[in-house]
Amino acid sequence: MPERPRSERPQLERPMIEIHNVTRSYGSFKALDDASLTIKEGEFFSLLGPSGCGKTTLLRMIAGFDNPTSGLISVDGQSMQGIPANRRPTNMVFQSYAIFPHLNVEQNVAYGLKRLKLAGSEEKRRVEEALAQVSLTGLGKRLATELSGGQRQRVALARALVMRPKVLLLDEPLSALDKKLREQMQVELRRLQQAVGITFVLVTHDQYEALAMSDRIAVMFGGRIAQVASPKEIYQRPVNRQVADFLGGMNFVKAEIVEENGASLVVDTLGFGRVKTDKPKAFVRNGGAATLGIRPERLRVLWDNATAKFEVAGKVVERHYFGEITHLIVEIPGLEKPLSVTETNDFGADDIPVGTSIRLAYDPDALVAMAD
Amino acid sequence: MTAAAEGAPAFGMTRARRNALLQSESVQGFALISPTFLYALILLVLPILVVIAHSFWTQNYLTIDRTFTLENYRAALTEPIYRDLLWRSLYISLMVSFFTVVLAYPIAYFISFHGGRHKSLWLFLITIPFWTSYLLRVMSWKVILGYNGVLNSGLMGLGLIDEPSTALLYNSSAVIITLTHAWAAFAILPIFVSLEKVDRTLVEAATDLGDGPIRSFLRVTLPLSAPGIISAALIVMIPTVGDYVTPKLVGGKDGVMIANAIQAQFGKASNWPLGAALSVTTMLIVTLMAGATVVIIRAAQRLAR
Repeated sequence: MPERPRSERPQLERPMIEIHNVTRSYGSFKALDDASLTIKEGEFFSLLGPSGCGKTTLLRMIAGFDNPTSGLISVDGQSMQGIPANRRPTNMVFQSYAIFPHLNVEQNVAYGLKRLKLAGSEEKRRVEEALAQVSLTGLGKRLATELSGGQRQRVALARALVMRPKVLLLDEPLSALDKKLREQMQVELRRLQQAVGITFVLVTHDQYEALAMSDRIAVMFGGRIAQVASPKEIYQRPVNRQVADFLGGMNFVKAEIVEENGASLVVDTLGFGRVKTDKPKAFVRNGGAATLGIRPERLRVLWDNATAKFEVAGKVVERHYFGEITHLIVEIPGLEKPLSVTETNDFGADDIPVGTSIRLAYDPDALVAMAD
Repeated sequence: MTAAAEGAPAFGMTRARRNALLQSESVQGFALISPTFLYALILLVLPILVVIAHSFWTQNYLTIDRTFTLENYRAALTEPIYRDLLWRSLYISLMVSFFTVVLAYPIAYFISFHGGRHKSLWLFLITIPFWTSYLLRVMSWKVILGYNGVLNSGLMGLGLIDEPSTALLYNSSAVIITLTHAWAAFAILPIFVSLEKVDRTLVEAATDLGDGPIRSFLRVTLPLSAPGIISAALIVMIPTVGDYVTPKLVGGKDGVMIANAIQAQFGKASNWPLGAALSVTTMLIVTLMAGATVVIIRAAQRLAR
């Protein structure tokens, strides 16, 4: 297999992985149900969803450890049907890292190169290069048992990257690390991906991880792909309540559709009155009812006599302190559920007594319509 | 009055010290191992010391002359008969442990990697031969390998040989075959345990990095199961060197092993010191051989990288 010249920068539009109507059944249970997806070359793509949503199954099928019951997977234009895992142009970083305990760091990284029968100096050069990429220079002689969790993760990365795969698959690579290290590795992984230009496919159940690192995200539930979009769009314009809920807090408000046309939607709500919003691309009308969503941080407390063009009034019923922010639960007359509001503590939101009547400002653009 | 007052704290102190001593970890540790320790001392260390002591004495018809001598060791190491028997015993035990491990490994591998939900059932089935007496199992090999035995009549029925072969029974090969069968389960279990410990993701990782099934087995599974191979080899090798029932029953005159000679010295020949010297020599050589086996397998494991 010829190596891709490193100077050739990936064009973002070329499809690297194509998944056509892939289903994976275990008896009557469908781990993956008719999933279709295109991942572009050089993209950092995340499969996001709760455990059991089929994201790992999909990743393992791309790697070749599992086979679709029906449907087709192709990598770089080549069908993967019947091609075993060891002959696929993909490499994987396992959740448990799977570092060979009987080999040292260098031998671990060189494991896959041995088969390529490179000259000794070339092999050494590539191992050194891979270790440098993950900042492990000088630790080559250490045994796997002498490494910390973060270091093991870097070895797993180097071992896969040294193979110069077309696609790097990452199965929850950061889940075993503590919070601080995890955040540091998110930044590093993203930087590394941009430096090597390889297509990364990350499986995660951590929405912040997916939002922070990805070019695009596929959100999955119960074996189905619910939405594929950029992190911003997924967060701001979720297609349904499930996606909205999974991506962080969201206030849901019942709405009545008054008018529907090509690009916009006019709805009536009890708390927010009549609102005109963008109609989401995937919006499918289901009777006259819809749901409006607004993120807690898009509601702002109005202090003293300040006014806003769009505001709602209510009463604080609960207050939770989180250091840099405060969570307020605000009851709005007419709404069946109180609104959740996150406010920074700059102006003293942490001192608002429970029971206070307050007004909240909002931007109608922050209201997102979702099909019920 | 004052004496009592002065004595009391001193007494209290010793008691505190005694309590501290009794509660210390090492004392508790010794207390815990003492039953096994005493058992090992009385039934293992003492007899060995008795044997070692005898090996330096001389049999004088019915009495034992307790003056120190190395004569028994000279006989044990230089008499051709004992040298040959010792070499043959080592050869047989090496062969037996080699074949046992080679035959046990695939079985252990199958149970561990493909046993699915029935792993314990498979292991249970392997123990079934042990429900009968060892002697019966040896005798059944006699039936299989004998002049009019199953194997000979089978081969004759197939027209592969014209007359029964006498090469099957009463030689060292018969001893090797019988012992290999007898020790199979003892090799399967340790290998199975070490294979169970091999993280399956490691095999997947090897596959992901380009290895086919055979290469990933040789580079990952086999080296990681080396501890099981070592213990299986030792578990089989050490007792088989000293086996004397099997050679007596199926070995004939070509299959006699060192243990038969030792038994003869303690029995009919009635020369305990020589028997003791032979035992000690055998023990030492077995220890060396076991050590060498560990070193060789470890080296092979390192080479496999």
